[in-house]
Amino acid sequence: MTEAPGSNHGGAGNRSGANEHVSEGMDWFLREVLPLEATLMQFLRHNWRDQSDIEDLLHDIYVRVYEAAVKCVPDNAKAFVFATTRNLLANRVRDRNVVPIEAVADLEVLNTAIETPGADRDVVAREELSRIRDAINRLPPHCRDVVVMRRIEGLSRSETATRLSIAPITVSAYLTEAMNLLSDLYYGETASLRRPR
Amino acid sequence: MSERNFQVGPAMRTREIKAQAAAWLERRDSGDWNEKDEADFDLWLSESNANLIAYRRVNDVWERTERLVALRSPAIERAALVSRGRMVPILVKTAAGVAALAILGVIAVSFLTAPRTQIYTTAVGGHDTLTLPDGSRIELNTDTTVRIADMADQRKVWLDRGEVYFQIAHNASHPFIVVAGDRRVTDIGTKFVMRRESDRLQVAVVDGHVQFEAGSSNPQSVPAILSAGDAVMITANSLVLTRKHGHDVANELGWLHGVLIFHHATLADAANEYNRYNPEKIIITDPKVARLTLSGTLPTNNVKAFVDVAKNFFSLSVARRGDEIVISR
Repeated sequence: MTEAPGSNHGGAGNRSGANEHVSEGMDWFLREVLPLEATLMQFLRHNWRDQSDIEDLLHDIYVRVYEAAVKCVPDNAKAFVFATTRNLLANRVRDRNVVPIEAVADLEVLNTAIETPGADRDVVAREELSRIRDAINRLPPHCRDVVVMRRIEGLSRSETATRLSIAPITVSAYLTEAMNLLSDLYYGETASLRRPR
Repeated sequence: MSERNFQVGPAMRTREIKAQAAAWLERRDSGDWNEKDEADFDLWLSESNANLIAYRRVNDVWERTERLVALRSPAIERAALVSRGRMVPILVKTAAGVAALAILGVIAVSFLTAPRTQIYTTAVGGHDTLTLPDGSRIELNTDTTVRIADMADQRKVWLDRGEVYFQIAHNASHPFIVVAGDRRVTDIGTKFVMRRESDRLQVAVVDGHVQFEAGSSNPQSVPAILSAGDAVMITANSLVLTRKHGHDVANELGWLHGVLIFHHATLADAANEYNRYNPEKIIITDPKVARLTLSGTLPTNNVKAFVDVAKNFFSLSVARRGDEIVISR
């Protein structure tokens, strides 16, 4: 099994394939790692005192995991992600010379908690659909309106602007905000609409 | 090739990176995009894996919303769910339950107190799926109302209006019964679709067998066994049994995937189908126009697609009158 990155501080990998063609590593990352986000965030919240760091920690973990996957796709995404996380947190603790970890991660408990049932693909696809719908429903109204008009009703940016009596640039701003929130709502699930600091 | 060590620092926090990623995505999505933008975007992506991942993550979720376009998602816009009986706090037990509840926006009626039915409704253009506790799945098409009996008691569904695709988990000791007015369908392990409009009921069997009873008011009330490919159409005073080819049945089930599949359909029939799914109604009064035929696959929720076909392929003229779209020569 591949060694989890971050066991020696600063071990960032070699980048490859920054373009949009789906590399094997990116494909794996999107498919296997992103769905772990809610669990991973929960884990970080429980194991890191400064909650304002969580989003950065998460992203840093992503970068490390992805960079490792570009070189060699790990066998077990979950085990690999959590090993990376543990290493990263340990490094942070050492670097800061503080001890923010309240409790040592109970990875066994965590692993059983995130076992997904062996649902067939159809069911998974349907659940995905309802999750994305749910995520849209949880957007603030101004974001939701823009998403519904642009995405579901298929209006253009200027048509949306006219309908809402706002400037097209405002439509863009709302949509940008909505896209960002949607990815947090979809993958973070429990993350909800938190604001930093 | 630059090597970069991703550092979390005040200069470039994740939140900012994510905001930039979303801004790029929005710009690409807006259609206002040129080669210069593409080059700038590539440069930004190549600056760091943090940028790359932030973009791929936001893009991944945004792409998922695409499926909602095909299935037009009334649950997002509507909160219309009628419920009879006592309302109780929902006790969610399983992830599947959560999905089913989210899909239908269900107000659950207590399983413990009478009356033991739940009502599920879709709006015009709606499309929802419900997984029942016994594992059976029912999929509701546009403008449909069903009532479902408590499964612990009996497996019974009333189709009050609209169209439903049933995939029944067979259980010989507890037959699954669908009632539409005084007609009833009893499953014998199967998939079938039922459509009810005013006094007209259509049943088509996709897989397996069902037992069909036309009801006491119908002259031909002897129970009949229908098999895969059989379709029966009943009105107040007629009952017609036809056999359909598999692909015909599949065509009629296009709505399961958010499309209407036409095979030599008249424009009038196609318009009527469209009108089931959309608040804007297509009106064709000219009989010559009505008799034109078309074949093809069109999205259920996109009136514009139909109007474009009328304009571009049949060179017809289109006029809007409020919620009506009048198609003529």
